Amino acid sequence: MNKHQASVLMRHEVGLHARPSVKLTKLAKAFGSRIDLGLSPDGPWVDAKSIVKVMATKAPKDTRIYFRAEGSDAKAALEALVTLVDGDFQDGR
Amino acid sequence: MDDRAHRAARRIQGRSAAPGVALGPLVRLALAKHGAREHQSVAEEHRALGDALAASQAALALLAGEAGDADAEAILAFQVALLEDDNLTAPAFALIARGEAANRAWSATIDPEIVSYEEASDPHFRARASDLRDLRDRVLRNLAGETDQIVPPGVIVAADDIPPSMFLATDWRDGGLVLRRGSPSSHVAILARSRGVPMIVDVDVDRLEDGSDVLLDGDAGTLVVDPDAEMRAIFCQRRAEQTKVRQAAAAFKGPVLTASGERVRVMINVTGLAELRGLDPAGVDGIGLMRTEFLFQGRENLPTEEEQFQIYKRLLEWAAGKPVTIRTLDAGGDKPIAGLTRSGDLNPFLGVRGVRLSLRHLDVFREQLRALARAAVMGNLKVMIPMVTVPEELDRCRALLAEAVEELRQERQEIQMPPLGMMVEVPVAALSIEDFNADFFSIGSNDLIQYMAAASRDEPQLADLARPSRAVFNLIGHVVKYADSLGRETSLCGDLASDPEQVAALLDQGLRTLSVHPGALGAVRAAIARYPGAVA
Repeated sequence: MNKHQASVLMRHEVGLHARPSVKLTKLAKAFGSRIDLGLSPDGPWVDAKSIVKVMATKAPKDTRIYFRAEGSDAKAALEALVTLVDGDFQDGR
Repeated sequence: MDDRAHRAARRIQGRSAAPGVALGPLVRLALAKHGAREHQSVAEEHRALGDALAASQAALALLAGEAGDADAEAILAFQVALLEDDNLTAPAFALIARGEAANRAWSATIDPEIVSYEEASDPHFRARASDLRDLRDRVLRNLAGETDQIVPPGVIVAADDIPPSMFLATDWRDGGLVLRRGSPSSHVAILARSRGVPMIVDVDVDRLEDGSDVLLDGDAGTLVVDPDAEMRAIFCQRRAEQTKVRQAAAAFKGPVLTASGERVRVMINVTGLAELRGLDPAGVDGIGLMRTEFLFQGRENLPTEEEQFQIYKRLLEWAAGKPVTIRTLDAGGDKPIAGLTRSGDLNPFLGVRGVRLSLRHLDVFREQLRALARAAVMGNLKVMIPMVTVPEELDRCRALLAEAVEELRQERQEIQMPPLGMMVEVPVAALSIEDFNADFFSIGSNDLIQYMAAASRDEPQLADLARPSRAVFNLIGHVVKYADSLGRETSLCGDLASDPEQVAALLDQGLRTLSVHPGALGAVRAAIARYPGAVA
């Protein structure tokens, strides 16, 4: 099976907040792979497609976000998610 | 023939909260009641919750399409995303499978989520609790078979009470507001006066029929149900006059002088940029009070330093060199802010509000002070601290402001230390004004009066006690005299200044700067022009 991991520093001003979380989960749901999100390289992991779980991490600004994905499009999914977080969720808010 | 013509006009007396007249159909806003549902079979309850979630989702998607502003869209997108998340809804369906009613299963599932947001240490996360509550209530309303009420423009809204956030979200063009609760000095009333929305309070709204034709007279404090042709004709005439007076006030170019030729500065109170639209800065002496709490209310997250800076900057640009006094966050009890204030304070007016709240949320306060220090280079900005009770509070604010300035200087930002003044509204502070190291003073008469008289301004039965008395004027005179002796400015920014009948009494106390709501500019200028000078 196709397994991948990646991490990215989140610099978003108010942390992994409602607006960024909506964007992140929407993007994750666009992929077929199972995608998890964590705040350390060995978890704990939560479903990156669940806004309830993602928001519950309450990740503040300057947190490193870890992703792991498993599935046929796992690599593409992680690239897209890292780009989103690295680009400060596109609109700077 | 129209059967309305046969009905006799009925006059209901309330109390005036904002002047002006409006005519239109009455819309009753009812508070949602989520009573116990009749519990049905597991399959029925399962279907009921599924339907309610789907209906809520459809309604939110529709609203998001019409929102038209980024903040509202973001709130709605967050709520839609929550409804799409099985992690949120699955436990509710599991409870239903075990025999729970749909409404109780939904509450039991979402309530712990709300609590977890309420308890978050980050104020931005805490603020999300209100979105979850909103979502909970929307689904509960759907389960109870209630539909959302949308207020179209041009109607007279009747309700028990409405929150300021709802007032701000409504299109009030040609409309008006009738409330059972609230008072002429409540915050919704302040907004109504500032935006020119006729409003009366103290009306038994249960006796009003939805859809009936009503004439609201905000000057007389009356509501006429089924007005006759003659009343309608008078209404049209008055509305034309109202428009004329507003245009004349807008066309005025200062300065304002008393009958004896003394200069009085007349400034305006605002809650944001919206009120400045169509207002010429040449006609006023500046902004005497900018209430920043309205930047924090009814929104998805707390405003960031940058957002605040942009708004303060635009206020200063509008004022074009004239003074702009910005009051730091005056939230608490009666002016709740999601994620910041506590609900259920036993006595909100005597609780953690104003500077007391800011000094307990330094993260939020520091962001505001940084935004203010950055904006100060753009014009004549003054920072005012609300609810100061003891000198140490003001000293602490001054130290925090100096820290923010120093921090920004190290970041090589262009900044300036703005003058720091205090709102004089707590009686002990007014009585010992000599102890406060303030660059200027601004009297908040609404709170000063209610604290001196120990009578709530929101209690209609006590309206006769919560009035300006001789004691109030004496205390105002005491503050003015002290400030004058130091050559420091005192202004008055409470509702008292906007009442043309009180203007002479205020000028008698030596006040020469008044800050009023924009709707009162014309009448206050006229009252000043009539003032013959202090009685010897």
